[in-house]
Amino acid sequence: MIGEGIQSSNQRRHSFVKDHVEVGFFTDPSVCIGCKACEVACKEWNHVPDDGFTWSGNSYDNTGHLGASTWRHVMFLEQDRQKGNQIVGSHSLGDGDGEDPFRWVFLSDVCKHCEEAGCLESCPTGAIVRTEVGSVLVQNDVCNGCGYCVVSCPFGVIDRRPEPLPDAGGAFKCTFCYDRQKSGLVPACAKVCPTESIVFGRLDDLRARGVERVEQLRQSGYHDAQLYDPTETSVRGIHAFFLILGEPEAYGLPPKPQVPTIYLKSAWTAAFATAIGSFIATLLAFALFS
Amino acid sequence: MTNDRPSEKRLEQLREQAWKDGVVTDRGVDVAGGPIPRKPGYYGEPVVRPPVWTWEIGLYFFIGGIGGMSAVIASAATLFHHIDLIRAAMWLAAIATILSPVLLIMDLGRPRLFLNMLRVFKHQSAMSMGAWILSGFGACTVPALIAVELHFHHVFSGALGQLIRIAAAIFIFGSAFFGTLLATYTGVLIGATAIPAWFLHRILLPIHFGTAGLGSAAAWLELIGHRIPALNVLGYYAAGVETALLIWLSLDKHGAADRAIHEHGSGWLIRIGEILNGPLAIILRLLGLVPFAAISFLIGSMVSRFGWIAVGRVSGADPEAVFAAERL
Repeated sequence: MIGEGIQSSNQRRHSFVKDHVEVGFFTDPSVCIGCKACEVACKEWNHVPDDGFTWSGNSYDNTGHLGASTWRHVMFLEQDRQKGNQIVGSHSLGDGDGEDPFRWVFLSDVCKHCEEAGCLESCPTGAIVRTEVGSVLVQNDVCNGCGYCVVSCPFGVIDRRPEPLPDAGGAFKCTFCYDRQKSGLVPACAKVCPTESIVFGRLDDLRARGVERVEQLRQSGYHDAQLYDPTETSVRGIHAFFLILGEPEAYGLPPKPQVPTIYLKSAWTAAFATAIGSFIATLLAFALFS
Repeated sequence: MTNDRPSEKRLEQLREQAWKDGVVTDRGVDVAGGPIPRKPGYYGEPVVRPPVWTWEIGLYFFIGGIGGMSAVIASAATLFHHIDLIRAAMWLAAIATILSPVLLIMDLGRPRLFLNMLRVFKHQSAMSMGAWILSGFGACTVPALIAVELHFHHVFSGALGQLIRIAAAIFIFGSAFFGTLLATYTGVLIGATAIPAWFLHRILLPIHFGTAGLGSAAAWLELIGHRIPALNVLGYYAAGVETALLIWLSLDKHGAADRAIHEHGSGWLIRIGEILNGPLAIILRLLGLVPFAAISFLIGSMVSRFGWIAVGRVSGADPEAVFAAERL
C-alpha cells in the first residue's frame, strides 16, 4: 500500500512460488493516472516486440486492446458522468450554465488468469499450464500456433503473433512475470506502478482489500464503484481482478463470461447422435434400396 | 485496433502544410466518437477475439467431412457386397486422410511443431480430440485401402487371402467409426468456443457438418459413376436434413447475439450454402437431374463451411454480439 515504502507487497521480495501461494493483481482505476508505465515495463522486461505505431483517435489510447504483443493495456474512458464527489460545472464553451458532468477513467487491462481458463482447457498441445501461484502460463517452446486458445478465451486476451514479428506464429499473453516471481520478484507492471493502481500480492489479501476499497469509494461519493470478479459464472473468479466505475461493458469486459468447456456436453451429444444417425441411415439405405 | 487510415492521411497532410506554410488554417481531423465514445463497449473494440484461421480450415472441414462419411458408405457397401463402391469410397477416404493433416499443418503458426498435437490427450479440448480422431482415422483408412486393393487384385490366395479379406473388413469398420466422429467433431470444435454466433448453435453445428459430410460423400461417389439407388436415397436424406436445419436456423434467431448468421456477407454465405445443399438439391433430384443435385450439394456444403468460419470472424469482432449473448 502507498506509504508502506519498500514494505509494500508491490516492492518487497517474496517466496510465493516456493510456498505455492495463490497470487493476484488488483487493478484500481480510481488511482490510475494513465501514465502507461505498466505497458512500458511489461514490454521491456518480457521483450515484447512493438506491434505498429498507429493513431487510433480514441482518447489517448493508441494501444487499442490486449493481444499477442500487448500484455498490459491502459484504457482511456471519456464519459459524460460525474466522478465521485466531483463538482459538476460546464466544460463546453458557449452557454456557461447547466451541468455538464465529465470524467476520465483509466484502467490497466491484463490477462485475467481465470480460475477455469478457456485457453488452458482448449490447448491441444499442453503448452498452456497452471503454475504454482495459480497463474496461467503459455510455454512458448511447446505452442505450435493452432489458434484454438484464441477463440476459447472469453476475454479476448490471448492471440497468435503475426509475421514478421519475432517468435511469430505462437500464441502469447501475460505470463504474470512467472520468471520474476520464481526469483522472488514482483511482476514488472506492479513494480513500476507509481500510484499502486496495480497491486500484486496474495489473492485472498487482495480480495479483502478490493471489498474494502469499494466500500471506501462508495462512502466518498463513487456510487457506481464495484468489483469485477466473475465468481458466479463458470469462470469461477479471476486472479487479476478489477475495481470498475460503472458497467463492465464500457471497459470491453464481458458482463457474464463463461468458459467454453460448458458447451462441450451438448455439442458432443449432438455429434454422437449425428454419428449414429448417419451410420443407421446409410445402413438402411443400402438394406432397403440395394 | 481502429486504424483510422483516412484520418491518419489527413494528419500527414496537415503536418506537411504546417511545415511549408508555418501555419494551418484548414479544418483538422474529426475524431470518430470523440470526445465521448458512442460506440458499443470500449470504442467498439472486439471483446472476444475472432478466429485467426485461414482458408485451409474451411476446406479441411469440407474434405474431412467427405472422407469420414465416405468410410461409413464403404462399411455399408462391405456389408452388402458392393466391391466397386468399397474401393471408390476407400480411395476417397484415403485421399481425405492425407489431405486433411496437410491442410491443418499449413494453417499452424508453427508447422514444424505439428507433432505436439499428439503430446497430450485432453477430452476437454475438442482440438485435441480432433487430432486423435484424425490419427485414428488415418491409421485405419490407409491399411484398409491397402487390404481392399490386395483383395481386389487377388495378390494372395488361400488362407492369406482370407486373412486379408477379414483385415480389410475390420479396418473399414474402424475407419467408419473414426470417420463419423471426424465428420461431426468439427461442429463441436467451433461450437465450444467464446464466439457468440458459434456457441449459440453448438447443437446445430455437428448435425449440419456431419450430414453435409454424408451427403457430400454420396454426391461425390455418384458423380464418379456409382449411380445406385442407395446413394440416391442418401442424397435425399442429407438434403432433407439440411432443409430442416435451414428452417431451424431461420426460426432460432438470437437478435444481435447471432446476427452474423443473418446479416453481412457471412449471412449470405450461410444462406446460399444451405439453399444449395437443402431445397435445391432435393428439387434437382426430384427432376431426375442427379449429377446436378450432387454438384449443388457439394458446392453448398463447401460454401456453408466457409460461411461458418466467416460467421466466426464477424461475430467475434462484434462487441454487441458478446454482450447480447451474455444477457440472454
